[in-house]
Amino acid sequence: MKNDFVVLGSLRNQLATILTGGAALLAILLFFVVRGYATQIAQEGQDNILSASVSSILDAAVLRDGVVELDFPYASLSMLSTSADDRIFYAIYEDGNLLSGYDGLETGLGASGNARMFVSAQYDNATVRVATASRTLIGADRSRQVTVSVAQTQDALAETLNRISRNVAGFGLGFFALATALAFWGTSTTIGQLSRLTTSVTRRGPQDLSPFLKPVPTEMVPLVRSLNTLMARLDQSLKQSEDFIAEAAHRVRTPLATVRSYAEATFQRVQNQENRDALRSMMRAIDESSRAAGQLLDHAMVTFRAGNLEREDVDLDGLLRDLVQRMTPVADMRDVALYLDSNAPAILQGDPVLLQNAFRNLIDNALKYAPAETSIMIHVQTTPRIRVDVSDQGRGFLLHEIDKLAGRFVRGGDTEGHIGSGLGLTIAQDVVNAHDGIMTLSNRQEGGACVSLQF
Amino acid sequence: MKYLLVEDNFELANAISSRMGLDGHQVDHAAKISDALDYAKAGEYDLILLDIMLPDGDGRSFLKQHRAGKNDTPVIVLTARSQVSDRISMLDLGADDYVTKPFDHAELQARCRAVLRRKSGTAQPTTRIGDVEFDPVRGHLNVKGTTINLRNRELRLLELLMNAKGQVFSKQKLVDRLFSYDDDVSENAIEVYVGRLRKHLEGSSVHIRTLRGIGYRLDHEE
Amino acid sequence: MRFIAILIVSLFPLLGHAQDWEDQQVFGASNAPQSLRILSSTDTSFFKPVIESFIAQRPDVSVEYLVTSTADLDDRFRLAPDEFDVVISSAMDLQIKLTNDGFAQRLDDLTHPDWAQWRNSLFAFTTEPAAIVIRTAAFDGIGIPTTRQELIEALRGNAEVFDGKIGTYDVRQSGVGYLFATQDARASETYWRLMEVIGSLNVRLYCCSGAMIDDLAEGRILVAYNVLGSYALARTDTHDALTVILPSDFPTTMMRSALVSQSASDPVLAEAFLRHLIRLQSQGSGTDFPLPTLEAYQDASGRPSINLEPALMTYLDHLKRQVFINAWESAVIQNR
Repeated sequence: MKNDFVVLGSLRNQLATILTGGAALLAILLFFVVRGYATQIAQEGQDNILSASVSSILDAAVLRDGVVELDFPYASLSMLSTSADDRIFYAIYEDGNLLSGYDGLETGLGASGNARMFVSAQYDNATVRVATASRTLIGADRSRQVTVSVAQTQDALAETLNRISRNVAGFGLGFFALATALAFWGTSTTIGQLSRLTTSVTRRGPQDLSPFLKPVPTEMVPLVRSLNTLMARLDQSLKQSEDFIAEAAHRVRTPLATVRSYAEATFQRVQNQENRDALRSMMRAIDESSRAAGQLLDHAMVTFRAGNLEREDVDLDGLLRDLVQRMTPVADMRDVALYLDSNAPAILQGDPVLLQNAFRNLIDNALKYAPAETSIMIHVQTTPRIRVDVSDQGRGFLLHEIDKLAGRFVRGGDTEGHIGSGLGLTIAQDVVNAHDGIMTLSNRQEGGACVSLQF
Repeated sequence: MKYLLVEDNFELANAISSRMGLDGHQVDHAAKISDALDYAKAGEYDLILLDIMLPDGDGRSFLKQHRAGKNDTPVIVLTARSQVSDRISMLDLGADDYVTKPFDHAELQARCRAVLRRKSGTAQPTTRIGDVEFDPVRGHLNVKGTTINLRNRELRLLELLMNAKGQVFSKQKLVDRLFSYDDDVSENAIEVYVGRLRKHLEGSSVHIRTLRGIGYRLDHEE
Repeated sequence: MRFIAILIVSLFPLLGHAQDWEDQQVFGASNAPQSLRILSSTDTSFFKPVIESFIAQRPDVSVEYLVTSTADLDDRFRLAPDEFDVVISSAMDLQIKLTNDGFAQRLDDLTHPDWAQWRNSLFAFTTEPAAIVIRTAAFDGIGIPTTRQELIEALRGNAEVFDGKIGTYDVRQSGVGYLFATQDARASETYWRLMEVIGSLNVRLYCCSGAMIDDLAEGRILVAYNVLGSYALARTDTHDALTVILPSDFPTTMMRSALVSQSASDPVLAEAFLRHLIRLQSQGSGTDFPLPTLEAYQDASGRPSINLEPALMTYLDHLKRQVFINAWESAVIQNR
């Protein structure tokens, strides 16, 4: 169906976007915060070991005979072993002059003296973390300042960080996936309320304008309230227009009935052929206009209901039985017999009002064309599919027009002298189509017309 | 037959009453629901003809009160509405049948007969002339113990003749009464039906006499 | 002291002369399009089958094999790292330092036990014990010592027999000797007592295992301490006058290791050679790989006693070395 209003975005998508977008942002934030924190901790860990290494070297410094001796323990360097086999550089200075170790190592130690410092620097094409500390050795003549720097590459640190990053990324993705699933669930649940309201409104029959009474969440109360107000207004205006139409029909048809009754009574009494012809024309005109008005309204109703087909279980057997009973008096008047050949329920999913209308028009048609003291047969068959044949013993259809007869206001070429609007077959055709069936017109071999409705 | 006609339009009421009178029925007329309910309580009616739009309310409210009073006199509604749903709702409210205005009197009569036939119990007013007993509602003719089922036009012809025993009916009049105005029939068609009735009445004390150039008359031999 | 110095100078005239080598051999066709220069502290005889099997697979390659002592090797390589493709040495500490200082190339897709490699750059391919090698006849009636303590007692009790007849590395000259000495000293005080004893018995000092075993074989000395066991065992095959003792108090086992120079002229070829070496090691074939494999002399922990780790650089520290050499000299060279 084409909407005749502008559709702008989707509430579900907006909600889902906001929620999943929020989850993604949170996940990214989580990733960076945890990673940053982990980096800090890991760096602190490395700094602590470097610091311990520096301390152990510095502690071994002694002044012997005015010479700085440094017999530092094996552990000073062995504590720096890592799984990634990080490179180690160190430098020992006495009063700023390199005493031993690697030259050119950035110590980051300025005039600040004893403070222990950590700096990240480049050495031999590698990024290293350098820990530096100083100690003053008091000698007999003068004091010396011994400064030790120990540096280590950061391969193990990077490995650890990568591992943590992978884990945190995995955790973040998991969080995101979970949050997304929750977002979609939440969105569906919320939108579900709207869908349920929509379904419940859509499922209503065309006549049902009663207020919506099922429980709804607070946020939807204004919507449902205005919906109900609209329904009430619609219902009232429909009732008003129905009343108006009824009143109008009454005002028009009652005088017509009066005129017709008088005309008929007069017709019974007058002998003059001219007067009789005039009265006959009058009655014919009244009947024709009345019948046309009726069929037009029927056709409008059928068109409306067929567009909003309400399906329920309809027993065609029962429906036709009522119809035959109702139409028998009219048939009797013409000494035409109405027979219903049906012996089992024929259940069809459909609109009983439409179906009754269709069959009434078909039987009406048959009655119009059936000669006196013939019969009209209504045959119902349930297998393989439901099929109803209405056949008479009249003249039958003219074969060359058989395809056009169901058209609107089309009347057969042999219908002179019969009152009709040409809508009877159209109505039947529309009803059958709305029920996904086929209407077939044919002439019976033994004479007479046959209209078959197959569902 | 005794009918109650509930109709606010006096012109139409007159027209219906006079047309019913032609067929020998008695019609009481009420123009309001309140009057109609009084009439219905007071008199024994065979059938009620009910207009659906009345000055003091909807015909449906009459139907409701009528049925609530356990009154099972059949009701045929005269309606200006033609929509199927309206007709059905009327039947649901307890009307036995309906006719849409404007209507053919022959159809109204046929419907009345059908409703009465459905509603009637065993006891039926029958017309007896000599050794012939006629049940116009069921369409049964009993001649010397033999029951014959009459076709509709035979029935209506016999009813007409028996209700006016000894009166002469022209062929023209009989055609007008038996056929619709637009049925294209000649006056000779009547001879077919008269012939059939004569066959049914053979051997009884009732005869249909031909008055050449004038018409037919039902006679009874004492 | 003077004697030692003269001895060293006479035996190793290459010191200070870059063009002189302990041994220098070229394998493969002289006109081969590709050539590989291997700088090694391992005697040519041990590597000959390894190189020959490599050339058998790569006939387009010629290999120049250059042998020198571990300390000299370190000096030369540091001076001209672009002249050599592969460096093989038994001085684990020097090899670690070379690697730490960025002289070795990473070979990332070479699978090797984690404990036998460092930074995917330095690959150990043997496990070799430091052994006490004696002339069996000299210990008749004394009993063959099985620990350092027993050796100390044997030497003390027979000073007249062993005076001047004991040999060990000159840790000032030999890289692997220094490594053994420092690791011994780390392990036990017994080392210093032993050094004092052999110092009092006028120990002879050598640059290399080979020279020491030569003197043993010819009877110039009776005991050699901390000799590479593999060298000694190679001699035992033809000379059953010698006994190789792996001291049972604490073993000192080192790993011979190889690296590809960061500035190798043909890194792909060098890597191929290293892969070949490692493959031979893991196959442990006796003829193609005459050296002990990584699994050959493992202690209870399943590892050699000297770990391949950067802490080995501790004793290479200038100040630390000074302290150690001072202590060593005062123990070993006490009388001179």
